[in-house]
Amino acid sequence: MSDFNGEFWPIYISVITIVSIIACAVLLWSLSTRRVAAGTAPNVTGHVWDGDLEEYNNPLPRWWIWLFYLTIVFAVAYLTLYPGLGTYPGLLKWTSRGEFEADQAAASKAYQPIYAKFAAMSIPDVARDPQAREMGQRLFLNYCAQCHASDARGGKGFPDLTDKDWLYGGDPETIVATITNGRTAVMPAWGKILGDEATHNLADYVASLSGATHDAARAAHGKEVFATTCVACHGPEGKGNPAMGAPNLTDAIWLYGGSNAALLETIGKGRNGVMPAWGEFLGPDKIRVLAGFVYGLSQAGQ
Amino acid sequence: MAKLQATLAPVTTVEPVDQALYEVRKKIYPRAVHGAFAAWRWIFVLLTQLVFYGVPWLQWNERQAVLFDLAARKFYIFGLVFWPQDVVYLSVLLIICAFSLFLFTAVAGRVWCGYACPQTVYTEIFMWIERQVEGDRLARMKLDKQKLSARKFALKGTKHVLWIALALWTGFTFVGFFTPIVALGGEVLNLQAGPWETFWMLFYGLATYGNAGWMREQVCKYMCPYARFQGVMFDPDTLVITYDRARGESRGARSRSADRKAIGLGDCVDCGICVQVCPTGIDIRNGLQYECIGCAACIDGCDQVMDKMGYPKGLIRYTTENALHGGISTRGMLKRILRPRVLVYTTILWSIIVATLVTLYERVPLKVNVIRDRGSVMHDADAREAQNVYRLRIMNTQEVARDMRIAVSGLEGIEIEGASQAVRVAPASSLVVPVRVEAPRASAAKGSNRIEFTIEATDPAHPERAPLRVVENASFVVQ
Repeated sequence: MSDFNGEFWPIYISVITIVSIIACAVLLWSLSTRRVAAGTAPNVTGHVWDGDLEEYNNPLPRWWIWLFYLTIVFAVAYLTLYPGLGTYPGLLKWTSRGEFEADQAAASKAYQPIYAKFAAMSIPDVARDPQAREMGQRLFLNYCAQCHASDARGGKGFPDLTDKDWLYGGDPETIVATITNGRTAVMPAWGKILGDEATHNLADYVASLSGATHDAARAAHGKEVFATTCVACHGPEGKGNPAMGAPNLTDAIWLYGGSNAALLETIGKGRNGVMPAWGEFLGPDKIRVLAGFVYGLSQAGQ
Repeated sequence: MAKLQATLAPVTTVEPVDQALYEVRKKIYPRAVHGAFAAWRWIFVLLTQLVFYGVPWLQWNERQAVLFDLAARKFYIFGLVFWPQDVVYLSVLLIICAFSLFLFTAVAGRVWCGYACPQTVYTEIFMWIERQVEGDRLARMKLDKQKLSARKFALKGTKHVLWIALALWTGFTFVGFFTPIVALGGEVLNLQAGPWETFWMLFYGLATYGNAGWMREQVCKYMCPYARFQGVMFDPDTLVITYDRARGESRGARSRSADRKAIGLGDCVDCGICVQVCPTGIDIRNGLQYECIGCAACIDGCDQVMDKMGYPKGLIRYTTENALHGGISTRGMLKRILRPRVLVYTTILWSIIVATLVTLYERVPLKVNVIRDRGSVMHDADAREAQNVYRLRIMNTQEVARDMRIAVSGLEGIEIEGASQAVRVAPASSLVVPVRVEAPRASAAKGSNRIEFTIEATDPAHPERAPLRVVENASFVVQ
């Protein structure tokens, strides 16, 4: 591509364009002025079919030629108004970017009243508004469903948004903050630091917290490891810490799976959960509607 | 104008002028005609225009009965609501139209052109207005030859005002098929119609004014493709409007009391009425020509003259090549209407019509698209159950609310997680319902498994009625 960005190419293109237009005009003019005098034999192309069927070689009808002239007028007008000749920007200063921004501005102006209505409502009220829910579902299916699934119940590594279990908190303001700024969760990899034995013990202890089947002896050893290694984030009782998104380990809800194998993997290799920040892309109005929808999902049973 | 007259003048002109390379249109002044076929033509004009101008005003269940709502992509025709997915019905309609054209053309030539084509119909209406304002053929020719005077200006002005008024009303009606006409009327009266509505009203109006007022037969002669290809659908048993040359020649003027046999004349009195009434300006006595739109005005005109002369009618009549030259009797000619070609067209046409009506009757006003979430790869591989999430786009195409019940089958123990309550879909609208389907890994093979969604829709106002049922296939993926 960079080959075509030099000084030379815009001039090259402009010259070809202008020469072509002039050539078309000249060709048209030379073809349209040829007249046949009265009494002379008409021009024929020399093609003969079926013995005596000849083809006339006459100029086009006048109105037709004028249509061609009109295309030349159009081309000249277009190239004057719009950027078509090399680097010349055109009288209208049109750019595709400018048009896109104008369209966006027009759209946000058109939808502003709808969003303004929701901006004035509390998020629980937005969650109850049928129109907001419909809009929210559409936004959700567009932007969120790829990870959280169409039914918002997530999957491995992506939290279920319909239950009462929140990693960072489920109150309206926190939901808005999560969508706007995103979240980055880090569970460090402890496998190499703790060693194989301690990791296994820890996995059994973590399983015991939610009452899952576990090896009691290993769990007892694991408890000591937990008290020194994991409390910082998950707390002494393993109830987690919403401030940093450390999950509650006692509720039998597992983001990456609660089987022994899954726990070993989580502890050994760590986890890095990322929720992207949507603030810049969606803007506060859409985020408010979306937050209302998400908030409403976990309130549905009430 | 001087140049034009020079080119039309004989070759004796002294100064060398350019030859005209193209035919210059000669304005046609069709003479008014009355008779059986003219009456039929008016019946078709009234019927088609009653439908066109009247239908948009009909109401049906508190909405416009016939409305093609392009913005919402819903097409209402009385009790039926068509969605874009029903486009097949549009193609079937076009096929029915095409076969009808084949059939009618094979039987009686260009009857469509002569009686029902909008170009003919609007030309007929516009010519009627012209006749009311400017008078019949001779009066109009005289008026056009006159220099512009107050009277000529008034007559021409009145005609164009009436034409434009009718054309604008036509444009308004046309747009009224696509946007509710009552509201549109209010908008127009308040000068608040939208830019596209205004554009189409003016465009369609202008097209009507131009085609029916100015272009007229030129549309049929130079622009219309059907005019040209209908000719190839004729055969020697097709009824076409024909001058009976054997009976008419030699033509010539004579007194009513003269014995035409004695003076060696045929039945044609060469009055020229058949040429004067022709809307395309041809002389039917020269035989079948591509310009002939089959309007039968010349038949009516000639029959009147034959009556006056005391000769039998039908010097110009609907007849076939075989009847005229092949010595087939009138009965034989009518019998040949039921020839194999016509029977084949009729059979095909009726089969399509019946099949369409049956499918329309059987049509389930419920459509479902199933789209699987691709994120199922992420689902916990350790769990005993495999899960897939689907979006069901349920389209309730009828104008009653429906309660949808969704079931899934195809694998042992497969079920929809959680949701069991019915989903209500508003009349003539669609809804996206996400569902999570769960099946024991033991009953599903690795890879893609075929499953079926069954959607049953009941009418909450009439729960006793049998529910509508749609079955959609989907893939259930297990890693």
